[in-house]
Amino acid sequence: MKCSEFLHELTNYLDGVLDEPTKAELENHLSWCHNCYVVCDTTKKTIEIYRDSQLYELPDDLRTRLRSAIMTKCQQYKKRGPETV
Amino acid sequence: MGAIQNKLEGPVTDELTLVQAAKKGDDSAFEELVRRYDRNVFRIAQHITQNREDAEDVVQEAFLKAYSNLAKFQEQSKFYTWLVRIAVNEALMKLRRKKPERTVSLDEDIKTEDDSLPREIADWSPNPEQQYTQAELREILSKTIQGLPPGFRTVFVLRDVEGLSTEETAAALELSVPAVKSRLLRARLQLRERLGRFFQKRESGDGNQ
Repeated sequence: MKCSEFLHELTNYLDGVLDEPTKAELENHLSWCHNCYVVCDTTKKTIEIYRDSQLYELPDDLRTRLRSAIMTKCQQYKKRGPETV
Repeated sequence: MGAIQNKLEGPVTDELTLVQAAKKGDDSAFEELVRRYDRNVFRIAQHITQNREDAEDVVQEAFLKAYSNLAKFQEQSKFYTWLVRIAVNEALMKLRRKKPERTVSLDEDIKTEDDSLPREIADWSPNPEQQYTQAELREILSKTIQGLPPGFRTVFVLRDVEGLSTEETAAALELSVPAVKSRLLRARLQLRERLGRFFQKRESGDGNQ
């Protein structure tokens, strides 16, 4: 496996959807190609950092306010029909 | 190095029961759907619009649109995927209004394969995120993802932050599976490279790592 082929399969590898032979080939490549190992490892960390970051969490007070506004508008829609939306 | 685990919550059967009740006019069932997915919709909206007020608007507009079009929802896909599609469209419309000079589309030009080959391959410090305070880290992550084209960050947030499958992401964005995979690879590699500026191992050799 060449570095470009590794890169082509990287997303499938990280998503755990590679077939066994390709996965074994890729892991063999990673065992001796330090650059690809670093790319793979840091890409995985990138995903984990974003996934665990709790970036843009909805604060409780805003959440309550939004939900109440949504339900009020829904009820207005129900009562008066589509022209109020 | 194993696969990344997804985090998707809420059993599908319950969702369908709620949708059917809401269709029959049960507003408390619809409110439960809002409760279940408002955080997700807000995160997606803010990732795309990069603006808190716009994200608030998107949450309201998306749920109201879902409510008023509920009768048209076919129940062949998950309600959540359908809702995400509505929210993504609302969020992209907000962006278009703000940046009319730039076409904002999910079909942004994808350049040749070569430009995704990583140029920067220095390793990161172990637990690099711990070098920063929570507030600093959020700033870094927010600035970094802002630099990505909207089409890339949309795929990234659905797939990697919200944990939708590739197929669900494709359905929500009306893209093909290969198109989702291609954008996802580019988004991941671009984010990795940009984050590297903050997370790379220091060469100072002070031995504290």
